[in-house]
Amino acid sequence: MIHWLRFSVLALVFFFSWNTLYSQANFSIRFEHAVGTEALILDSLQYKNVLGQNFTVSKFKYYVSNFRLKRNDGKEEFSKEVFLINEEDSGSKHFLLKDIPAGKYASVQFTLGVDSILNCSGVQSGALDPVNGMFWTWNTGYIFLKLEGKSPESTANGNIFEYHIGGYKTPANCIRQVILSLKERDSEISEISIKADVAEIFKNTVTLDLAKLNSVTDFHNAEMVADNYSKMFSILEESKAK
Amino acid sequence: MKIRKSLIVLALLVLFTALYGFIQENPYFSISKKDVELKIPIGFPQPLYDLKKNKITPAGFILGRKLFYDPILSKDYFTSCASCHQRFAAFAHIDHALSHGMLGQFGKRNVPALQNLIWKDAYMADGGINHLDLQPLAPLTSPIEMGESVAGVLEKLRNDSLYPGMFNKAFGSDEINSERLLKSLSQFLALMISSNSPYDKYLEGKMEFSSQELNGLKLFRSKCETCHKEPLFTDNSYRNIGLKPDTSLKDSGRAAITGVNEDKMKFKVPSLRNVEVSYPYMHDGRFRNLKEVMNHYADGKFFTPDFDKSIEKAVGLSEDDKSDLIAFLKTLTDKTFLMDRRFADPAMK
Repeated sequence: MIHWLRFSVLALVFFFSWNTLYSQANFSIRFEHAVGTEALILDSLQYKNVLGQNFTVSKFKYYVSNFRLKRNDGKEEFSKEVFLINEEDSGSKHFLLKDIPAGKYASVQFTLGVDSILNCSGVQSGALDPVNGMFWTWNTGYIFLKLEGKSPESTANGNIFEYHIGGYKTPANCIRQVILSLKERDSEISEISIKADVAEIFKNTVTLDLAKLNSVTDFHNAEMVADNYSKMFSILEESKAK
Repeated sequence: MKIRKSLIVLALLVLFTALYGFIQENPYFSISKKDVELKIPIGFPQPLYDLKKNKITPAGFILGRKLFYDPILSKDYFTSCASCHQRFAAFAHIDHALSHGMLGQFGKRNVPALQNLIWKDAYMADGGINHLDLQPLAPLTSPIEMGESVAGVLEKLRNDSLYPGMFNKAFGSDEINSERLLKSLSQFLALMISSNSPYDKYLEGKMEFSSQELNGLKLFRSKCETCHKEPLFTDNSYRNIGLKPDTSLKDSGRAAITGVNEDKMKFKVPSLRNVEVSYPYMHDGRFRNLKEVMNHYADGKFFTPDFDKSIEKAVGLSEDDKSDLIAFLKTLTDKTFLMDRRFADPAMK
C-alpha cells in the first residue's frame, strides 16, 4: 500500500514536471542577414543593387514583435514580446519566444515594427528604451527599420544613404505584417531561421535608385520602402525539437 | 556618578540636535508627502496623463527638479531645461522670441509656458509629441537646444556623485535608465498646476472683479472662448490665425506632423493662463506685448486665406475693448504658482 502511494506520488511529480517543462519549452527564432546570395558584412563588403549601383551597408536594425505561430488545426500561439534586431549585435539576432512551445506549425507571422498602442504608451524600457536610437523625439514614434550605408551614386554629403522608416498613424503607417508558411507541417519543430535580404528592400516591388533616394523624409516614400521591406523575409530552416 | 551620566547624556543630546540641524535641508527646498499630493482644481476635468503609472513621490519629485535645473544634461554642460523655462515667466522665456539653445544657437519657436501639462493631449506647437514622459527627449537631443544623446545623459548621471543615490531613493535601486529619468521629470512637471489666479478666486466668489475686468471677461467669452476654452483656456486644437507666413523660418506647423495641406500654419492653441508674464507671443514670438496681439485680431488683416473663421468674431474690437480684454487677461496671472517654492531652483540654497 505504502509502496503504491510512493509510486503514484513519484509518477505524479514526474508527470507534472515533465508537463511544465514541455509546455514552457521556448520557441527559438534566428535571423540571418544577407544581400542577395551573399552574407551581410557591415562596411567592408560591396554589393550591387538591380540598377547596378554599388553600395555598402553600415547599419541594419529593425523591430519585430507579436509573433504568432499557427498550428495545423488553425489554433495559434502568440507572443507579444518586442525584439530589436541589430546586425552590429549578433546576440540580438537569436532569441527565444517564452510563451510559445514546440509544435507542429503551418506558418509564422510577425509584425515588422511596433504596434500603435506601444507608440502611445509613454517611455518604456528594454527593447523599446529610447536610448536604443530607434525613436523619433520630434514626432513621437518608433523607427521600425534603419538601413544606412554608402554608395558612390548618392549625392548626399559623404555619399551616404540613410533610410529611417517608421510611423504608426496616417499619413505614414509603416507597420507591416509578415506571414511565412512553413514546410515541415507534420513534424514537431522548436526553431526556425529567417533570412532577411537587404537586396529585396531595393527592388521588391519598387526599384529604389540610390542616386535619387538617399534619405526618406516624406510620407509617401516611407510607406513605399515599408512595402518593400515587408517582403525581405524568407524561411531558411525549420529544426525539429530535440 | 549620576551627575556625570546625565551630563554625558545632555552633551550627546546637544550634539545630535546640532547634527540634525546641520543635515536637515533648508525647509524652503524640502518636499513633504503633502507637497506632492495632486489635487484636481475645482472645475478642471480629469487629467489626461495617467498618474497611476507614475506615482508622484517626494524623492521622485526632488530628482525631477534637480534634473530640470541641471545644466550637465546638455552637451555643453551649460544649458539646462530652466535656461529657457524661467519660473517667474510661468516657465516660458521672457523677451526671447525664439528659444536659445547651446552654443548661442536659435531654435525656430517661442518657448511655451509650462503649466497644467497633465491636461494636454499633445505637446509642442505642432502637437508632434504624444506623451508628457517623452517630451523632454526633444530638447535634450535637439542639436540646437541641449545637443546630448540619451545614452550621453544617462552616462553623465551614472558617473555623478549624487544622482545614483537620488535614483535609489526615488525608484528603489541605483539603476539609471531612460524610463526613470523621464518619469522623474514628469513627476516634477505634473505638479506645475496653475489654478489660483484672481480669475479662479473670482469664480469661487472669493474675489471681486473691477468693472473693467468684468467687461473684459464678457468680451472674452463672446470673442475668444471658442478656442481659449475655460478653465484651461485652450481647447487643445490646432488653428490657423492668419499670421503672415514667415519666410525665414518656413514653419509649416501642424502639417509637418500630419502631412495634410490644410494643416499648414496651424498651431496648437496655447493656454492663456499667466499670459501677462510669458511674453512675447505666438509660435515664433512675433508679438512683443498683448496690445500687439489684440491689434492682430482687431485689425482683421489675415494673411492666409484658409484662416480659422472663429477669429473673425474679434475683428473690430475698439480701443476700450482691447484695454478691457487685457485687464481681464491679467487676472489670469497666478502669483501662487509663480512664487511656488516647490518649483524653485534647489541649487540656490
